[in-house]
Amino acid sequence: MVPVASEALRGSGVHLASVATAFPSGQAPLEVKLADTRAAVAAGADEIDMVINRGAFLAGRYQQVYDEIVAVKDACGDAHLKVILETGELATYDNVRRASWLAMLAGGDFIKTSTGKVPVAATLPVTLVMLEAVRDFRAASGRQVGVKPAGGIRTTKDAIKYLVVVNETAGEDWLDPAWFRFGASTLLNDLLMQRTKMTTGRYSGPDYFTVD
Amino acid sequence: MDIKPSYGLFVNGEWVDGEVRNKTVNPANEEVLAEVAWATESEVDSAVRAARTAYEQVWSKMPGRDRAKYLFRIARIIQERARELAVLESLDNGKPIRESRDVDVPLVAAHFFYYAGWADKLGYAGFGPDPRPIGVAGQVIPWNFPLLMLAWKIAPALAAGNTVVLKPAETTPLTALVFAEICQEADLPPGVVNIVTGAGETGHALVSHPGVDKVAFTGSTEVGRAIARAVAGTRKKVTLELGGKAANIVFEDAPIDQAVEGIVNGIFFNQGHVCCAGSRLLVQESVYDEVLAALKRRMALLRVGDPLDKNTDIGAINSAAQLERIRTLSEIGSEEGAERWSPRASCRSAVSGSPRRSSRA
Repeated sequence: MVPVASEALRGSGVHLASVATAFPSGQAPLEVKLADTRAAVAAGADEIDMVINRGAFLAGRYQQVYDEIVAVKDACGDAHLKVILETGELATYDNVRRASWLAMLAGGDFIKTSTGKVPVAATLPVTLVMLEAVRDFRAASGRQVGVKPAGGIRTTKDAIKYLVVVNETAGEDWLDPAWFRFGASTLLNDLLMQRTKMTTGRYSGPDYFTVD
Repeated sequence: MDIKPSYGLFVNGEWVDGEVRNKTVNPANEEVLAEVAWATESEVDSAVRAARTAYEQVWSKMPGRDRAKYLFRIARIIQERARELAVLESLDNGKPIRESRDVDVPLVAAHFFYYAGWADKLGYAGFGPDPRPIGVAGQVIPWNFPLLMLAWKIAPALAAGNTVVLKPAETTPLTALVFAEICQEADLPPGVVNIVTGAGETGHALVSHPGVDKVAFTGSTEVGRAIARAVAGTRKKVTLELGGKAANIVFEDAPIDQAVEGIVNGIFFNQGHVCCAGSRLLVQESVYDEVLAALKRRMALLRVGDPLDKNTDIGAINSAAQLERIRTLSEIGSEEGAERWSPRASCRSAVSGSPRRSSRA
């Protein structure tokens, strides 16, 4: 699909992100993950979404997780690397914080909560922990890393709550699509519905908007 | 919500005018909310006599299960009138509506429900098989949690079979006066609850009245000492809950963000008007800069503003006199070499216009 999308977007200025590294499980030999990444970049992706090796992480093999991220980052070349932590499987906030730190130290440009393929996706507390992590990482290293909560954010009202947390935790610097994004396809529909309501004063049903 | 232009004293189940009149204001904008009475010695005397009569003739003889019915009834009316009480508390006290609505008033109702449950079970409470009430309780409460302090004092006293004369603080009498209306609405026998508004002299008249069997006071250490002196050598029992400004201690292995939340809650909750407010902060030197930077960052996010705005974190200091005292203490701190810091922030001014019209609960 990457070549098709790349062809369609040529010259539009829209960036193209692709999942790689045996998404969504992340359970494949490293060589396979790297080949997957190189293929996506070669096909025109300028952003790669990888998933961390949760098996290794939860077993305490942090070095392995770190080395894999470094290797994928290397395979990305100029493409940006988004590291999915799959926070729904990390069990504790301490783990979320530790995984965030690991991903940033290994060179991730973005940290993302979820693949959307496990029952628990983004939550406000988990996002708070990740925002604190990027804030503290910038204070320590000078490098700014983006945050992307994905899954579970379905309404405009939810989105506003997240934006408030971004502003109050990481600060205004992150209130920018380059540094904070939602991964939530249902949200778009609700946003369109709210905008329509604002212009017309009436609510309409979801059937009049995109079906996904 | 209706605030009456003028309130009297609630004695023996009825409203009496009171000789000395004074005003209570909204501390957010200094607008006068209502005129209230400052009870004189003789008015306090009639309240104590009413409480004595009610104690001897009605309340102490009533079976616990019947006292419980009245307390349950009061608790339910408080729930029904919760919005009104919350708005009134914020108007008279200056605390954010979010706190009065979500903390103070629900807790008040919960206390009455809780003690209502005890009224017929006192034989099992650990005071022996047949505990007896003490008599007339003279209760003096502070302005930081006006209605909640009232609940802490009145609910257990009534559950155990005592009658009360309560003096709310002079800057925050209104919710206690509405509570008196609630007692009427609940058909509480006359004299079981008496509310005498007023300042220090009224309080002094109450705690030193010979007809009072038990003195309960929450407030400043200074006044607590005076009360201890006043009741010394009498047969009165006394409970004092006094100020104790507390210290936050942060060590280097603390999770800094959580520690900062604790510090902020400790000192800014209820404008810092809390007997155990964390007004001192001791930080291990190795994390001093980090904690201070995080604290400043967090403080910059606090909203100071109109108490009736749901987004307000810090409302109004309870009175002009208290604000002046805070300023004086800050000056003394500066003179002693302390460094001042406040976030750059604008204070959203309180809405003008009569609260009687603008806020329908």
